[in-house]
Amino acid sequence: MKCTKCAAPAAINMRQHRLALCGDHYVEWFRAQTERAVSKHRMFSREERVLVAVSGGKDSLALWDVLLHLGYQADALYIDLGIDDGIRYSDRSLTHIHRFLAGRPEANLQVVDIEQVCGASIPDASRLTRRGRSKPCSVCGLVKRHVMNRVARDGGYDVVVTGHNLDDEAAVLFGNTLRWQLGYLSRQAPVLPASSQGLARKAKPFHRFYERETAAYALVRGIDYMYDECPYSVGATSLRHKAVLNELERQAPATKLQFYLGFLRAREEGAFEGLDAARPDLSACLECGQPTTAGQRCAFCRMWEQVNARKGRLGEPARAENSR
Amino acid sequence: MVKLTFREQEFEVPAGITVGQALAKCQLNPHTVLAVRQGKLITDDVVLNEGDEIRLLAVISGGREAG
Ligand code: SF4
Ligand SMILES: [Zn+2]
Ligand SMILES: [Zn+2]
Repeated sequence: MKCTKCAAPAAINMRQHRLALCGDHYVEWFRAQTERAVSKHRMFSREERVLVAVSGGKDSLALWDVLLHLGYQADALYIDLGIDDGIRYSDRSLTHIHRFLAGRPEANLQVVDIEQVCGASIPDASRLTRRGRSKPCSVCGLVKRHVMNRVARDGGYDVVVTGHNLDDEAAVLFGNTLRWQLGYLSRQAPVLPASSQGLARKAKPFHRFYERETAAYALVRGIDYMYDECPYSVGATSLRHKAVLNELERQAPATKLQFYLGFLRAREEGAFEGLDAARPDLSACLECGQPTTAGQRCAFCRMWEQVNARKGRLGEPARAENSR
Repeated sequence: MVKLTFREQEFEVPAGITVGQALAKCQLNPHTVLAVRQGKLITDDVVLNEGDEIRLLAVISGGREAG
């Protein structure tokens, strides 16, 4: 198969777009598509300061690479979760980010080490809470959202961007549709505006790329990303949904694209408007000042209070309090 | 023969078939992998030669929070 633009051997064939491209033309196309998504959804401008949440994986490093190339003021944040699980997952992820930085003196990285800042790693904190007893993902997600927002606010960033791709978005959409979670459906968007109560704007410039495409970009660009998965992602529902969608894609190319873009169109036409009206008002947490729906103190502060009160009891399972 | 590696698995397929046919033989969904030969990405229609070594990269990632 030949590149549609120059007839060199193609590096990738995108059946859903009927487009095959060589490495050079692929990089060009990928960056132009990102630029289009950013301007179409008014995610951010070149005058604004962008905070890229990087994990060391293909999507977030590819995103940082593209934004730097397009001339955006993009700094990155790495949250060290302290995940080891025998494969030194967090340490190795950071090593990949440092390698990425080596060739890019203009790039700025900020690292937040959760154990240092909060007093325990994510797996340890999870063991000490009801929220995280079976799996640390819920605690992890809460902490990541909180820290990203705080770093954005304290650092004067206009927007937080993440490397979510179309497969991620389609899997979430699929899950929310299976359970008809209308509130979640109404809030799933390529860009979420900042709230007056202090939530930073959030954007996903890669929301239209298949996961295979972000991986191909990283590969063609020679980005040495963290290939291994977080050990706790094994068996995740999102992975099961991705597998189903990819099976449909195999039988009928462009299924994922149509599913997700059809949703975005319906959303833009107002199909989900008013559905999150029941969302409670946000107020500032008395302890950390970040927006919370919980009334007095936010879920993040309450969780760490519980963790720090129970520390020293590590190794013991958390008690099931108020479980009935 | 052609050798394909995917994570810790190894597969062998006869030369002369395409990448796409090789993936089908290994029961891998072409939408979930990228095929690399000598450091270069190749498309599914490329015919494999005797002695080729193909690295198949998994492209699907992410836990609950796409961590
Ligand atoms: S898989 Fe779970 S624990 Fe691992 S990074 Fe993602 S959310 Fe965190
Ligand atoms: Zn070309
Ligand atoms: Zn708080």
